[in-house]
Amino acid sequence: MRSDRSNTAPLGLKMAAAGGLLFLHLPLLLIFLYAFTTEEKSYQFPPPGLTLKWFAVTWDRPDVWQALSLSVRVASISTVIALALGTLCAAAVSQTRFFGRETISLLVILPIALPGIITGIALRSAFSLADIPFSFWTIVLGHATFCIVVVYNNAVARFRRVSGSLMEASMDLGANGFQTFRYIILPNIGTALLAGGMLAFALSFDEVIVTTFTGGQQSTLPIWMLQELIRPRQRPVTNVVAMVVVIVTFLPILAAYYLTRDGDQIAGAGK
Amino acid sequence: MTAVLFENVSRHFGAVRAVDAVDLAIAEGEFFAMLGPSGSGKTTCLRLMAGFEQPTGGHIEIFGETAEGVPPYRRSVNTVFQDYALFPHLSILDNVAYGLMVKGVGREERRKAAEDALAMVKLPGYGTRRPGQLSGGQRQRVALARALVNKPKVLLLDEPLGALDLKLREQMQEELKSLQKTLGITFVFVTHDQGEALSMADRIAVFNDGKIQQLGTPEEVYKQPRTRFVADFVGSSNVLPPEFVKQLGAANQYASLRPEAITLGRGGDGKLVLNGTVLSRSFLGAANRVLVSVNGTKINVMSPATASIPAEGNPVTLSFDRADLHLMDQAS
Repeated sequence: MRSDRSNTAPLGLKMAAAGGLLFLHLPLLLIFLYAFTTEEKSYQFPPPGLTLKWFAVTWDRPDVWQALSLSVRVASISTVIALALGTLCAAAVSQTRFFGRETISLLVILPIALPGIITGIALRSAFSLADIPFSFWTIVLGHATFCIVVVYNNAVARFRRVSGSLMEASMDLGANGFQTFRYIILPNIGTALLAGGMLAFALSFDEVIVTTFTGGQQSTLPIWMLQELIRPRQRPVTNVVAMVVVIVTFLPILAAYYLTRDGDQIAGAGK
Repeated sequence: MTAVLFENVSRHFGAVRAVDAVDLAIAEGEFFAMLGPSGSGKTTCLRLMAGFEQPTGGHIEIFGETAEGVPPYRRSVNTVFQDYALFPHLSILDNVAYGLMVKGVGREERRKAAEDALAMVKLPGYGTRRPGQLSGGQRQRVALARALVNKPKVLLLDEPLGALDLKLREQMQEELKSLQKTLGITFVFVTHDQGEALSMADRIAVFNDGKIQQLGTPEEVYKQPRTRFVADFVGSSNVLPPEFVKQLGAANQYASLRPEAITLGRGGDGKLVLNGTVLSRSFLGAANRVLVSVNGTKINVMSPATASIPAEGNPVTLSFDRADLHLMDQAS
């Protein structure tokens, strides 16, 4: 930010900006606040009293742990699948020319442009047509569809900057395909992959719509929260979980942002 | 021994014949230039030697070994790339030592070899820097050191001086030449700059449309161009049409006449004389270039700066030795 005094915004604009930010973030603060309320059946304002007991209650609820562990496992495996497939796809699209290259590029990005509900319905009907029972793996598959996009987008942008002659130079100097990948390609696209992977993890972790259509009896953490809001007992537990979700998704996204920002300088250094 | 041998080698990309039935034999220890305009097939020939391209026809040998199907990393050739292709994430020392590293040479040994190579290209002590911190000329030297540290049997250079400014380019020409003499390695050099090819190479292959137009020493290529293309491309010679040549008392063939072989004014005995009009003149420093029209045929004359030149539109007499009129193949 620049500290240019003569450029101070007028008061009205400042207030409007403050109002916008409040509108965006005040509800978040309320979520945090109700994690500490003593009233467990309804969200009355102001809270009648503050307590830390809900953290202990949440800790002792096995259904929370089940949902959390499922979400973490789904997000991890989807991310790993997305990393492998997204990177390979980005490599193919950016390093070679073939018939239908642009089309493939578009088809890969499509799942994130499509409304989640369409992806969800499509996958659900495909699964039932193929007689695949809904399970952990159907959720993973559903999540992988949009996780691939994030990884692909990050990787393809970086691949474009790694000039083809770097790979040729590596081969020329005696490195085989594996060594070229290990010593030349990976260091140059590493931060992009890490960032893509973290974004994918965060996306998967708070996904609701696709999960609703592809999940069986299990509920991931966001689904669990949705169900929990309907119950009139121990409501603050949901708020505690919400805080955890915010932290778990916010940190990777923040890290991804900083990684790709610095990565610009690293990978562009030779050009 | 023959370092690189091409027998009837072709590389077609669909309907495009990038390299078309090329025969070539580069001797060991030779400084060989492949000269031609862009798209003439010279770079594709280099890539065929490096192994980045496979021929669609013909046979390639490198030091007696068949090269078809051998990947780049199993060939005893190394390349200096046009854009240098230094690895941006590695230090200069690691860049130079890369070839030794992937071959499994020990850390201490390869560090020493890389430092020696950097000293050889006059960049001692630059090892800790990154490619981004070097100038174009320095990167070029690093690329050279990175290739030479592997002790290749053939060094391929793809327009290595193209991105450098004139002064630096002349200096690097000298250095490359002396480096090649010291090391005794076969250098194969791709360039579109005829001056560079003439001044550096032992032999030149002039490329056009995927074919070799002429292969010979710089003197041969310059003085006795075999085709109109070579005459025009190497040193912008005057290409005289057959009717014109016939009027001069020679055969009914295309002929080339070097601009600097012509003098303004009447020469001594036995010289051929032409009368024309000065169309334009430009001062080039050491010489003047004068464009003269002789009965509608335009002829370039390179005249020493000391000679006086008639003004534009005025009549002028040109004279030259009959021996400088070089007849070329009818076909091309």
